[in-house]
Amino acid sequence: MSRQKVMGAPTRDAYGEALAELGKENPAIVVVDGDVSGSTKSRAFAKAFPDRFYNVGIAESNLIGIAAGLASSGKIPFASSFAAFLICKTYDQLRMSVANPKLNVKFCGSHSGISLGQDGASQMAIEDLALACSLPGVVTLVPPDAVATKALVRAAAAHDGPVYIRTSRPKSPVIYQPGETFTIGRAKQLQDGRDATIITIGLLVWEALAAAEECQRKGLSVRVIDMHTVKPLDEAAILQAAAETGAIVTAEEHLLDGGLGSRVAQVVARNKPVPMEFIGLNDTYAESGLPKELFERYRLTAPHIAAAVERAVKRK
Amino acid sequence: MKTSATVQRDTELADLARTIRREIIQMTTAAGSGHPTSSFSATELLIALYFRVLRYRAQEPEWPDRDRFILSKGHAAPLLYAVLAHAGYFPTDLLMTLRKLDSPLQGHPEKRRLAGVEASTGSLGQGISIGIGMALAARIDRKDYRTYVLTGDGEIEEGQVWEAAMFAGTHKLDNLCVIVDANKLQQDGWVKETLALDPLVPKWEAFGWQAIDIDGHDFAQILNAYEKAKTTKGKPTVIIARTVKGKGVGFIENRPDMHGVPLTKDEMARALAELAA
Repeated sequence: MSRQKVMGAPTRDAYGEALAELGKENPAIVVVDGDVSGSTKSRAFAKAFPDRFYNVGIAESNLIGIAAGLASSGKIPFASSFAAFLICKTYDQLRMSVANPKLNVKFCGSHSGISLGQDGASQMAIEDLALACSLPGVVTLVPPDAVATKALVRAAAAHDGPVYIRTSRPKSPVIYQPGETFTIGRAKQLQDGRDATIITIGLLVWEALAAAEECQRKGLSVRVIDMHTVKPLDEAAILQAAAETGAIVTAEEHLLDGGLGSRVAQVVARNKPVPMEFIGLNDTYAESGLPKELFERYRLTAPHIAAAVERAVKRK
Repeated sequence: MKTSATVQRDTELADLARTIRREIIQMTTAAGSGHPTSSFSATELLIALYFRVLRYRAQEPEWPDRDRFILSKGHAAPLLYAVLAHAGYFPTDLLMTLRKLDSPLQGHPEKRRLAGVEASTGSLGQGISIGIGMALAARIDRKDYRTYVLTGDGEIEEGQVWEAAMFAGTHKLDNLCVIVDANKLQQDGWVKETLALDPLVPKWEAFGWQAIDIDGHDFAQILNAYEKAKTTKGKPTVIIARTVKGKGVGFIENRPDMHGVPLTKDEMARALAELAA
């Protein structure tokens, strides 16, 4: 039985919708955007609540600082821009204005990874997870589809402390049905398996499910876990996967350095060493192209993940 | 409930300035590091603010209606700590723990570690943006608290300062006041030889601010400027305070080589004698 690929809304669209809904419920929500609200989709909030929305202009450092000041005065600010500019350009502001005082700032980077496509490497955040996860105390969320995004944006607003939310530009394949509930720090096991586990995030969750099917045809039973919270990791789910399946493959639309894979590897190496393989960008920038072409070129698609599973299983 | 410690007479403000300068020297010499000269240039600016202008409750540091102060030039932490102690946030005994392990008095101020500190600073250029967020929150909530940010003149070489200046001017944030401690020196030398920041007044005016040029060691001029900032509507105010780095102790004034250098014990004795006079 083949899983059917149904395309849903982009996660960035779901982010905008979630903000507009939250705005109605909670007057403390304030949204600041770096002149890209049409792209990050925070415009949905801006239209509904113009008095609680600020376009700070093309000035991301100031954007983060303003969010910090709002948070320390009791607001729940959501700061949005492209992940490349929101995280990579403003790392020090995140570090000292937000993370050090552990302020209740939510920051959402859209157009993450290489799936934004033709705009090319300057717009592609492939290091944002490494940066965000290296900020002490910052929760880092990577929802795979629209349903997960809406639920996790809501969870982020309810969480007391800084949260990074990573969204994507293109439409996202549907993983979850409306009504699915999410808890920060608790991974979702999407299917069980005995021979290996794929731990993945974002748009690669769909690729991982397809890869597991491919493996199934070759007689391998593969568990798939959506690690939507990259920090704090669901260590119990990882250790259980290591113990019960004996091999782990991670898959992410991010550099192999400092992202999901290296974080999972730390947990595995410390507690329950098993063979691991890693899918992601290997010490390289990407380029312009269609998302599909780029996923193929940078080896992020289901066949590459399935091949990694086979390699990991062979090493058991 | 008592709000704010106040000092009524200007002569008492001057006495307090001498006391606080002595404490700054004692703290930094005991720590063996720190920035006494960068603290001295802003001493009168901060004393006038905390003991004549700001509304706060030292026993209720998170009082939502308090005025906010952000020390953007975080290396002047010894000054902020001494002022906060005299304002009643903590006993002055604590000052001598500056920069020591487990002390809440970090080398640069950290919001989570010490009540009264409104932002974690020390990475220059970030304070005004944070102050804008506080000023916007006041506007959204229709509260009348005011936000003050102290920055160095070297510090405004940071690009973020001008992002913030554009925003505050555009949004006419008249509940925000920035004080530039223009002591003319930065770590490696003279500001004017590093980057051509002058003329500061027309520069800030061009960004939509009211700019007031004062002698930053003259209490009457300082208080007058704070009052003008408070009563001016429709634009933020910047006070360009002309100051002397190391002010108050003759042999450390205006010395580029004294940035971030504590006094030796012998020098401390000479300085304390000079400040006792």
